[in-house]
Parts: sequence; structure tokens; C-alpha cells
Amino acid sequence: MSLLSFLTRRLALAIVVLIGLSILLFLIARVLPGDPARIALGPRAPEYAVEALRKQMNLDKPLYTQYYLWITSLLKGDLGISLLSRRPVQEDIKEYFPATFEEVLLAAIILSVGGIGLGILAAKYSNSWLDGIVRIFAYLGIVTPAFVWAILLLLIFGYWVPIFPIQGRFSPGITLPPTITGMLTLDSLLTGNWATFWDALKHLILPSLALAMAPMAQAARIMRSSLCADMGADHVYALTAYGVPENRILTKYLSRLSLIPTISIMSLDIVSLFAAAFVVELVFNFPGLSRYGMQAILNKDLNAISGVLLIFGVLFTLITILIDLIVAYLDPRIRLQRKSI
Amino acid sequence: MKTLNLNATWNSIKRSIYKFSRNKISVVGFFMVLLVVIIAIFAPYLAPYPKHAGAFVDYKNASLPPSLAHPFGTDVFGRDILSRVMFAFRGALIMGLGVIAMIVPVGVLVGLIAGYYRGTWIDTVIMRITDIFITLPALILALAVAALLRPTLFNSMMAVAFAWWPWYARLTYGMASSVRNEVFVQAAETIGASKAHIIFKEILPNCLAPIFTKMALEIGWVILVGATLSFVGLGEQPPTPALGTMVSDGAKYLPHQWWISVFPALAIMFIILAFNLFGDGVRDMLSTEEV
Amino acid sequence: MAELLLNIKDLRAGYKVYGGLLKVLDGINLKVNKGERIGIVGETGSGKTTTAKAILRILPRTARIFGGEIFFQNKDVLKMSKSELSVLRGQGISMIFQDPTASLNPVFTVGSIISDVIRYSRTLSSSNKSSQIKETAIDAFKSASLPDANRLLTNYPFQLSGGMRQRVCIAMALATARDLLIADEPTTNLDVTIQDQVLRLIKELVDKKNTSLILITHSLGVASEMTDRIYVMYAGTIVEQAKTQDLFENPYHPYTHALLSCIPKLTGEGIAPGIPGRMPNYLNPPQGCRFAPRCPRVLPICEKEKPPLIEVEPGHEVACFLFTRK
Repeated sequence: MSLLSFLTRRLALAIVVLIGLSILLFLIARVLPGDPARIALGPRAPEYAVEALRKQMNLDKPLYTQYYLWITSLLKGDLGISLLSRRPVQEDIKEYFPATFEEVLLAAIILSVGGIGLGILAAKYSNSWLDGIVRIFAYLGIVTPAFVWAILLLLIFGYWVPIFPIQGRFSPGITLPPTITGMLTLDSLLTGNWATFWDALKHLILPSLALAMAPMAQAARIMRSSLCADMGADHVYALTAYGVPENRILTKYLSRLSLIPTISIMSLDIVSLFAAAFVVELVFNFPGLSRYGMQAILNKDLNAISGVLLIFGVLFTLITILIDLIVAYLDPRIRLQRKSI
Repeated sequence: MKTLNLNATWNSIKRSIYKFSRNKISVVGFFMVLLVVIIAIFAPYLAPYPKHAGAFVDYKNASLPPSLAHPFGTDVFGRDILSRVMFAFRGALIMGLGVIAMIVPVGVLVGLIAGYYRGTWIDTVIMRITDIFITLPALILALAVAALLRPTLFNSMMAVAFAWWPWYARLTYGMASSVRNEVFVQAAETIGASKAHIIFKEILPNCLAPIFTKMALEIGWVILVGATLSFVGLGEQPPTPALGTMVSDGAKYLPHQWWISVFPALAIMFIILAFNLFGDGVRDMLSTEEV
Repeated sequence: MAELLLNIKDLRAGYKVYGGLLKVLDGINLKVNKGERIGIVGETGSGKTTTAKAILRILPRTARIFGGEIFFQNKDVLKMSKSELSVLRGQGISMIFQDPTASLNPVFTVGSIISDVIRYSRTLSSSNKSSQIKETAIDAFKSASLPDANRLLTNYPFQLSGGMRQRVCIAMALATARDLLIADEPTTNLDVTIQDQVLRLIKELVDKKNTSLILITHSLGVASEMTDRIYVMYAGTIVEQAKTQDLFENPYHPYTHALLSCIPKLTGEGIAPGIPGRMPNYLNPPQGCRFAPRCPRVLPICEKEKPPLIEVEPGHEVACFLFTRK
């Protein structure tokens, strides 16, 4: 089974799962809150208005019809109108998604590079003082939730040593680049606007760091323990016996083996970054999709909630498939042996 | 392979305790967990100002920094933060233990069934359903569900349970489906053992170790999700103290009255650390290593 | 004229464990001349692998060397610097291990691994390195009788059979010229039918490339076919050493006798007697001769003093008080 057929299978599976997810979300949004029309209009609206809205929202039709109508308009790109912003949800998503995306992307880069690098260093110098420090920080880092990191970073870099801005995406007075991808950093890079790029990056750093710290500690820990466990393996002795230098063994042979479990765990962590962003964006007042989703949830904005959750569902499925592909590339045993799921 | 033997001998208990205690840090974790449990249960007797955990105001003593009288300081209503944190442990523990107690039987049962019927449509359907749930991270799903219900501790527990159960199903499924093909299971089938017997007496005991380990390790994370929910106002409502609520309330007063947020945050970390270390010890204890 | 290649003098080594120190090797003396093929024979746990790994200094971190010297081409291996060691491992000595599956990193192609081995042996000139490496690799596979060498380069270890994996390891070990090959139980994990092939391959390559050989095995049968001289090892000590034929025709040490009697006879005289007792506890090894607790001909002095290795016939040494004049 080659990588391609592996990919095709996963995609087909993903579509089935996403359909299931849409059903689940639909049920949650329709069944739980009681009366969506009443919620939309508030407790003081007159009964006839609520009744009219109910008809308009198709709430009088049977459940499966409602689902069918919802899904078909969804596939046309219509996610409904948001209660809060009074705009089509899909426009809100288009506006806010790139912000969260670049925030999480930066966090993912930080946590991968930092986590794997620290793990390798700790393993290389294992049982030395450096290793001890890394391990303690790793443990403390893992148990510190993202919002605590957010508050900590806010304190340190916002008040005590104010280097980074603690609010928003960009400073007032900055010229915004033309919207190519919607990501401020990328767009300003692509148009050569350095000032904007740095400004956007500075605004991204604190939220991304807050998101990245705990998973980075986790990745470092797993990488280190996997490397140390493999260090006593026969193939390491064999390579040493043939004269291959230690560093090469560590960075090429051992690392690839240890990357497999580390990256598998990292996939879960990266997806959770979007979840952690819900609170972190709140703390830093960062106008991203997670904050939008958070406000939608708190205000029972049903269309926005289902829209955001669906987008996340699609996104997470894609990320998981991507990481599975990477793992399959790293571990030939997975892609070249027939495995029943 | 062992079958479930409820009359564990004293020797094997002793050996398990030895395995647990080999890593000193896990022992520390055990005592930390013990501390959390004791504080939660005996909060009314241990807290210096038990009345402050309810509706209480004393503006004369509001926003006091940490001192001997108030080791964690007071909040804007004059309530002693140490006492409130101690009472908040109750909700946290109920959330953690309650959710785990709810989802483990359900998740494990589902996983066992899917594993036993591995390769059939039952397996496929169950696994696809769990796939649907785990597409979204637990926090997001729990947030969405909790927000659509009335904000109470019970509802937030339900929301978290709703999001978390599939992980146990998956774990059990993984173990059950590999154990299912072992020779001793086939042997039991050959002599005509009932399905129930095979599932509960042959397959289940061999899946227990990773399940227990996961349970011990995860109580802390469930409590964290619970704290995140209360951070945004879901879960227990004031005046009942909840750790997440205390952190978010105090966030407005950073950095000057830092103690209002920081101590509850540290308490959350303490709980997570405690269960993490304890869970590591449980994993060692259940490992099949020879000592 | 025999040129001394490897000279192990009074090597004492062991491992640090929770209860204390495992004093495994207790004064190993071993010589290998250029062009010789010697065998080290002993039970599991007798310290054969420890000796082998000590020579290349690839002992695990818990290992400790208490004393002794290992001279390779007149340089003390135990005192070598990192760069000297890499020359030793890249060009002087190479090793094949008991378990070929464990010796090959599962997520890399064998071609990738052997290329690194060749690259770091530093025996190639810097010009046109990668094609030279590839050529050398293919040559190595061919001389190990591995079919379709080109495609083999892109194979992963799990795609090969056990016998092929071991042959890949042999190819790697002898891809570049070596003075000494250490083979640590190379056929123990293989099917009997493959064992013969692999042993013959080793013999052929060692002859062709004029490489000396240390063959470690627990089987006297294997040793008898492959070696010129045999060292018999028990519990970290050399108990007897002789030319192969002399050892079989004229064994001295009681342990050697016992080993030989363990070989099942085709004439069907019942089950071999075996050797009662167990290996000594290395945490607290016996003060005197380490075989004394199990020896059927033990003398009172055996439990108090260690027997020295003395020559009882030309080229035949024994460490036993039965043959020492006191």
C-alpha cells in the first residue's frame, strides 16, 4: 500500500466522519437549547414574533427535513446569520479564521522545533544538570494550562518587562497589507511590507507562546524518554561499532525513530491548540476565530456555533490526516505492511 | 494470562506497592492527591474562614495582599482566598471523579463490545461514532454543550462526560481487539463459554491496566477542563467558589492585586501535577515488570 | 612469523547494578595473531559478549572496567581518544551481532545504513563520494551472496528474511577492509539450514579479505568447523586455550570435558549428562576458581586461590590446579 492509497482511504473515511459530525452538531444545536427561536429573540419578545421566526427557521418541520435543508445550504456556503454580528456567519469566519490560523501555526512551529530540539538536547546530555533542569521545566510546563501561561506572559511581558503588546493583532496606525491570505504576517511578507510584518509578529508572539508552552514541554518529554529508551538498542551499538559518530547516530537514526511517537502525540496537541485558543484569545483580546466561537457559545448564537464547530471539524480532520501522512512517511512499517484498521 | 481474581493475595498487593514506591516522585504525587482529597472533604473544618465560601462581604478587608491572617490574601469582596480555594477543591474533585466514574463504565463497555465484534458492522459503526466525537477536541465540544445548557456543576459534568467518553472506548477497543484473537479466548469459545463470560472474564481483565492508568492520569486533565469551563462562567455559579471562576474574576485586577488570580491558578496546577505524578506511579504499579 | 594483532591482558570488567557490582570478567588473557581464526566458547552469561564489546568499547553505560589492557596493533584501546576510537571502529575492527533484526534500525533502508557505515569508515577519498559509496555497498552485498543488490539498497529490514538480514550485517561489517572481525553468536538466532550458509559465508569472506576472526559461540560444533584455536570461557575466566584439534582430542580442564560430553552422540547412548549446578553469582563470585562449586574434581586449594593459566603442552594452556605443580 503506497502513500497515495493510504491517503485516499483516510480521506474517504474523513468524509463519512464529517457527515456524522454535522449530524451530531445539528442535533446538539437543535435539541439542547430548547427553543432556538425564543433564544434568538430573547425572553421579552412577543409570542407571535417567536412563532413567525420559528416558521422562518423551519423549526416546525420534522427533524430530518430541517437537517436536509441545513446541510444543503451549508454545502452552498451559507452558514446562516450570526445573532451577534448580524452578518452571515461565513463572512465572520472568513474574517476571523486567518488570525487564529497564523496564531496556531506559529505556536505549532514553536512547539515542534522547541520540543524536539529540547528533547534531543536533554537526551544527549541525559543525567547531567542540563537534563535535570529540562525535565523539571518539562513537568511544570505540562501541568500549566494555556490560560495560566497566558496570564503569566501577560504579567511578565505586558507589565514587568513590557516588550510585547498584549492586545489585538496590530497597533493602530499600521498600514494593513492587501488581503491575499488574510494572514497578516504572510500578506505583509508577500508584499514586502516589513514594518507591518514585525508589528503583526509582535502581536502574535504572546498568544502563540501561551499556546505552545505546555505542548512543547510534553513533546520534549516524550522525545527525550523515547530517545533515552532507544539508546541502549542493539542497532545503536552496531552503528557505534562500525565507527559512525555519536552525533550522527543521535540526530539521524535515533531521532527518526523517536519522532514517530512524538509526532503522533503532537497531532493531538496541535489540534488542542485551537481549543486552548478559545481562552487565550480572550485573555489577549485577540480577534480570532476561537474568540469569536467563544463569544458565540456564551451568547448561544446557534448559527455561529455550528458554523465554527464545523469549520474546526473539517480543519482538525485535515490536520490529523496530514500528521498521519507524516508518520507514515517516517515509519515504513506502517505504509508497507497491510494493516486492518 | 490472568482471569479476574477478586481475592488478591497480600503478597501481590505488597509487590504492587513496592513497584509504585520505586519512583519517589510518584509517592510525592500520592501524598499530594491525598492532600487534595482531605482538603476537599474536610474543607469546612480546615478552612480558616469557612463562611467566606458562601455569600459574604466585608469591604473593610477587601483586596488585602497575602499576610499571616490571610495567606492567600482577600478578594474584592473581602473574602479569604485560601478558604475559598479549599472549598473550590470540592467542586473540582466532584468534577474529576464524577466524570471519570461516568464515562469509564460506558466507554469501556462500548469498547469491549466493539473489540469483541471486531471486523463486523458493529465494530465499524461504533468506531465511526467514536471517530465523530474525537474529531473535535474535548474542550471545544464540552464548551459548546455546556453553554447550551443551564450553567450548573452537574450540567458541566455532563458536557465534559459527553466529550470525553469516546477516548475510553477507543483505548479499550484497541486492547480488546488484540486480546480477542489470543489463544485463550479461542479456547474459551471452543468449550462453549457465553459471550458475556468471554467479554467480562477473559478479555476485560487483560485490558484493565492501561485503563486504570489512564483514569489516574486523566483526573487532573478533566479538572482542568472543568476549570476552563468555569473560567468562562459555565459550571458552578457564584457564590460557590470554583477555581476557574476565581482566576478569571481576578484577571481584571492584574497585575496589582495579583494574588486574586495567581493562587487559584497555582491550585489548579497543584491538582493537575498531583494526579499526573500519582498516575505515573499507578502505571509503574500496574506494569508487568519483574522486580 | 605470527604477528600479534590483538592482545588482551588481565581484563577485569563488570556492570554496576542496584545491588552492587557485577564482577563479570576476572582476568581475561587472550591473543589473536594476524590471519588467525579463534573461537571463544562458553555458556550464556559467561562474559563472552562483554569481552567482545569491551574490545570495541561499546559497553553499555552501566559497565565498568576495573583493570587490564587491550592492545590492538600495539595501541591500548582502553586509553584511546575519541578520534583514535573512530579509526579503530571504522577501519580496524568490526563486529556482527547475535540478533540481526535488532542490529538494524527498522525505519531506515539497509542501503542508507550501509552507506553511513562506509562513509564513516573514512577509507574513501573525498572526490565523488556518493557514487563510490554506492559502488562499495553493492560490491559488499554481492560478496555476501545477496541477490539483486541494487534493489536491496532500497529495502527495509523488515522486508528481508532473518538469514538475509544477517548477511546484510556481514556485508556491512566487511564492506571496507578490516583487520579483525568479531562475530558474536552470528547464527544462534537463525534456522539450522541457514546457519550453515551464514557460517560458510563468514569463512569465505574472512579468507578472501585476509581478515582475522574472533568467533563467539556456545556451540563447540560450530567452533570446531570455523576456528584454528579455541578459548574456553567460564564465568568470566579463560579456563582452557588450545589449537582446535588439540582441544577436542586432548581436553584438560574439567569444564571442557563436561562441555564435550554434552554433545549428543549419534550412537544413541542416552541423554547427555549435562553439568549440574549454575553459574556463580557475579555480585559475590567465589574467591578461588570460579568453576570450583561445580567441579567434579575439585581440590581444597581451588576454593581459596585462583588458578593461573599455564602451558601444559606447546600452544595449549589450562587454568586448573589439577595440572599445576605446587
